Amino acid sequence: MTIDPTDIPRYAGGSRVPGWDDAADLSKDPAGIPDPAQTPVPDDLRAEIEELMTRYPERRSAAIPALYAVQNRYGWCTPQGVEQAACVMRLTPGYLTAVATFYDMLETKPVGRNNVYVCTNISCSLCGADELLAALREELGEDPDVNLRGFECLGACDIAPMASVNGEYVGPITLDEVPELARQIRAGQEPLPAKQLRLRPSADPKVNAG
Amino acid sequence: MTDILLFKDIDEPDLHTLPVYERRGGYHQLRAALGTPRDQLIASLKGSGLRGRGGAGFSMGMKASFLPQGTMQKYVVVNADESEPGTFKDRELMQKNPHQLIEGIVIAAYAVDATKSFIYIRGEYVHQADVLDAAIAEAYAAGHLGENVHGSGFDCSLVLHRGAGAYICGEETGLLDSLEGKRGNPRLKPPFPANQGLFQGPTLINNVETLSTIPHILELGFETYAAIGVKNSSGTKLVSVSGNVRHPGNFEIELGMKSRDIIYGLAGGPPEGREVKFWFPGGSSSPVLTPDDLDLPYDFDSLAQSGSMLGSGAIIVVDDSQSVVDVCLKLAKFYAHESCGKCTPCREGTNWTVKMLRRVQDGTATPMDLDIMASVQERIIGNCLCVLGDAMAMPVGSMIAKFRGEFEQHIETARAANEAQALSGALA
Repeated sequence: MTIDPTDIPRYAGGSRVPGWDDAADLSKDPAGIPDPAQTPVPDDLRAEIEELMTRYPERRSAAIPALYAVQNRYGWCTPQGVEQAACVMRLTPGYLTAVATFYDMLETKPVGRNNVYVCTNISCSLCGADELLAALREELGEDPDVNLRGFECLGACDIAPMASVNGEYVGPITLDEVPELARQIRAGQEPLPAKQLRLRPSADPKVNAG
Repeated sequence: MTDILLFKDIDEPDLHTLPVYERRGGYHQLRAALGTPRDQLIASLKGSGLRGRGGAGFSMGMKASFLPQGTMQKYVVVNADESEPGTFKDRELMQKNPHQLIEGIVIAAYAVDATKSFIYIRGEYVHQADVLDAAIAEAYAAGHLGENVHGSGFDCSLVLHRGAGAYICGEETGLLDSLEGKRGNPRLKPPFPANQGLFQGPTLINNVETLSTIPHILELGFETYAAIGVKNSSGTKLVSVSGNVRHPGNFEIELGMKSRDIIYGLAGGPPEGREVKFWFPGGSSSPVLTPDDLDLPYDFDSLAQSGSMLGSGAIIVVDDSQSVVDVCLKLAKFYAHESCGKCTPCREGTNWTVKMLRRVQDGTATPMDLDIMASVQERIIGNCLCVLGDAMAMPVGSMIAKFRGEFEQHIETARAANEAQALSGALA
């Protein structure tokens, strides 16, 4: 097989490497710890992050919880929100951004407010998770309110194929339940109430024998 | 029955609340332990033969005894990041019986004289984290946690920390970095966490299931507990069976049970008309085993001798309708995504393995690529700070070794299909 170099797509700026098109502006100094006098932080956000910091021997440990607080407030880790958290935690925004980009559940781009994760790892895909994700994408893919993504591994292989709808585990989901599930997600209702993991009894026959 | 300890009455309504747990005798072992000398507790844990349930299978009592004596700040960290594909046992323990875990944590913290403890739970487990939060608040209010636990003079704080979705944070030093508020990159070992762990202090870090077992060891007496199971693998183990089986779920077994009895007996075996093609005995990181190995006893030593491992106790069954190439690619893609990027062999090796497997899948590979792929796996193993790379290399290597014919046939079929398509395109 020969490769035609002109076929390889280029990103903005002429680079062939993804990620370089939105690289940092090297002509600027990196942002320092934000000045509290010039960084307005909403009082409740400040109080929440300050409370989180008291739980740990070192305040830096509150980085992930603080970014969750930002994400809950703004929908994703917005540059402004990260700067506010950095101001309260006395860290640089760059440090918190580095943390946010490491973790899958911290969003660094705007996303829909309903998180729908479909597990597509081995056990789930053996049971048809890829088809489930495709069907859900068909139903919900265009919806700007929904953050639908394949996610590995959600740790619920016993209810494969499954999805986590705003943290609520549901499964096993059959393909004909997909329209119903999509409707419930859009309407903000409980997803498939009869199939939620929290109601599921243990599978071990010896446990429930008495 | 002696082989039901952790899962005893697990479905009892409201077992996750303190009154029900206490009515069943909960926190008695904690009160008893607080009046026992520390070295006696650690000797009991050692004598029980309890091996870590998270994956590595290291003796829990030995680990606890490695923590230095002295007045420095020590920590207990609970690894509840359960992100190994196929594993979901800790989820059920935390959701249904959180106080069993908390009791185990406080006993372990007392045994190693650690006054601060943390549970690192994966961010995806929202409901389980809420249950634990409520249980911790109840335990504080009842004096099982906090200052001067039951008048013993021992202080124990417990904080629940939610992760945010990273497989690598299940690796103990990656978890510690993440708990310190950093990116979850594993650290160079030694120093081991027992000497220098969280915030540079001596740290005992254990899996949820391991710590949940401690109250049962004390209740039964360590000699009785050590008699359950087989040599070098004492006690009971939660196994999570999933994949192509009729009744997936968590089962508590006595170690040494025949693997066939777990897969066929408890989990119902593969669906009607299907046969087991291969199975992962201990999570997706363990080298695969074939139907010939189904009669192996399910314990640490037997699985290690067969070239695989017990790992986290997660059995994934793949039946004969599935393609080994698809499973292999899925697995490699997962590890390539989750590699933290700190060590070159893992970062590059996982990505190149995915690229080569894609070539196998679309028919642009040659059988020689399989040899290259196998050599890449050899170069990853043992060359990184943590075992994430090995966790991909071992199962991928074992699949290529055991199903080489199917890989070659897949390449050939896909290549022939590509050529036929190109030919019909040229003719059209």
